[in-house]
Amino acid sequence: MIRFTSVSKSYPRTGTAVDNVSLHIGRGEFVFFTGPSGAGKTTLLKMVYMEERPSSGEVRVSGTSSVTAGDREVAKLRRKLGIVFQDFRLLDNRTAEQNVAFALEVTDTAPAMIGPKVARALTQVGLAGKGTAFPRELSGGEQQRVAIARALVNDPFVLIADEPTGNLDDRATRGIFQLLREINASGTAVMMATHNLELIRRQEFRTIEMTRGAVVFDSAEQKPARES
Amino acid sequence: MRSIRDALIAFRRTPLLSVLSITTIAFSLFAFGLFGLVALNIREALDRLEDRVEIRAFVADGTAPESMAQAAGDIAAYPEVLATKSVSQDEALVRAKKELGDFRDVFEGAVLPASIDVRLKPGFRDPASVKRVSARIRAFSFVDDIRYGEEWIEKLYRLRNVAGIAGIVLGLSFAGVSMIIIGTTIRMAVLSRAKEISIMRLVGATDGYIRRPFLIEGLAKGILGGLLALLLTYVTRTIIDRYLIQTIFFDARVTLLGLLFGAMLGLLGSAFSVGRHLRRV
Ligand SMILES: Nc1ncnc2c1ncn2[C@@H]1O[C@H](COP(=O)(O)OP(=O)(O)OP(=O)(O)O)[C@@H](O)[C@H]1O
Ligand SMILES: [Mg+2]
Repeated sequence: MIRFTSVSKSYPRTGTAVDNVSLHIGRGEFVFFTGPSGAGKTTLLKMVYMEERPSSGEVRVSGTSSVTAGDREVAKLRRKLGIVFQDFRLLDNRTAEQNVAFALEVTDTAPAMIGPKVARALTQVGLAGKGTAFPRELSGGEQQRVAIARALVNDPFVLIADEPTGNLDDRATRGIFQLLREINASGTAVMMATHNLELIRRQEFRTIEMTRGAVVFDSAEQKPARES
Repeated sequence: MRSIRDALIAFRRTPLLSVLSITTIAFSLFAFGLFGLVALNIREALDRLEDRVEIRAFVADGTAPESMAQAAGDIAAYPEVLATKSVSQDEALVRAKKELGDFRDVFEGAVLPASIDVRLKPGFRDPASVKRVSARIRAFSFVDDIRYGEEWIEKLYRLRNVAGIAGIVLGLSFAGVSMIIIGTTIRMAVLSRAKEISIMRLVGATDGYIRRPFLIEGLAKGILGGLLALLLTYVTRTIIDRYLIQTIFFDARVTLLGLLFGAMLGLLGSAFSVGRHLRRV
């Protein structure tokens, strides 16, 4: 479903961010990405939704190749992905409902479909009663739930979460993580970058550890993926 | 529909810049229009004037009427010449009195030279042909002097060219300024919506979709600018018509072309800068 083949990414000024990574993530998997700051987790996730393209190698996501895809194809691909960040990225002047609806409005969804889809997504993240609240009227955890609802509203096959709990306290973190597990249980794959080792240690999920751009551990292989 | 609504919102967000964009586009087209009208009317005048272009060869005193008639016949056979006419001293006096109307007393007792008046065929009325024919006529020994509208015509030709060039230079300058202002407007709009745009990208909006409202906004400004210019040009022309001289206006085709040019200015200005600025969001 998502396959990295000998992928490297280097930036003009900072050099190598991702170094010769090959990996495969299957349908419905839950995968943690860990590693020290600057290891390349964010860069790797960006290559999944093709915000960045590899300097060499290929990323294939559900039939879309990083080598050949044009802007249009990337846009179409992102409609099948859900993406959330540490900083939520909600629009302050729109209510929770409107923030979720935004993802549908700008992707030519039939207007009649928007209302029901938004309601369903907000219910799924446990915010059914707060649809008319503005982001500033919501807690951090609730704001992240709105962002997740927006990511889910197009029924993505994978949810990409880059430190989704980075700005949250322990309680909210557990809540969000519980939500991600439920989402995964319903069949959506989850790729989550996190620094929260505690969270990872208590889970049975696949864990990929990166250091200086390279994958140094992949629990799916039960051994160090590569010495360097 | 969304695009039109967004364009209206954008308009309200930066009303000053929007008005400025429209005004500069209008000025650009107004400059084209005004100087275009000057050029058009000069050409129209030239067409009418050229109809009357005559070469008048003044004949020395005491030339025999037979020689004059002979020469007039010869000249009429030149390929460029439409017709010739011998004018005796008496006839010249009568004509001068008629042309000057109230001032005819001035000519009391005067003697005007006889002449051969030459009219050229259409297509041979440009300054170069006039000069060429004049040179041949000058070869007749009894021809004293030759007059033709040379200076007049050349001046008008030059004036027309100057008006044309001035219109183009001024029009292009304003077009350039309008491009810069449109670019600034769009930069501000893109920056103020940077977060919105980045989220649109994230959830899979196409580039075309993100651009559309900016392009429609530009197109609308271009059309409004064009209409404003048309109004300005028309009013100016009407005033000149009423208080100065009769003029003609552009035909429907040229008018439409002007509006189209305004629309293109707005659209291209937007397309150019939206592409540049979106890349940085
Ligand atoms: N846009 C960019 N331009 C230049 N260099 C970049 C860019 N993005 C990331 N880098 C570099 O790539 C390397 C990896 O960065 P990345 O953000 O992927 O790390 P990370 O694992 O997500 O770190 P963190 O845990 O702090 O979020 C870093 O050395 C960084 O300086
Ligand atoms: Mg990161």
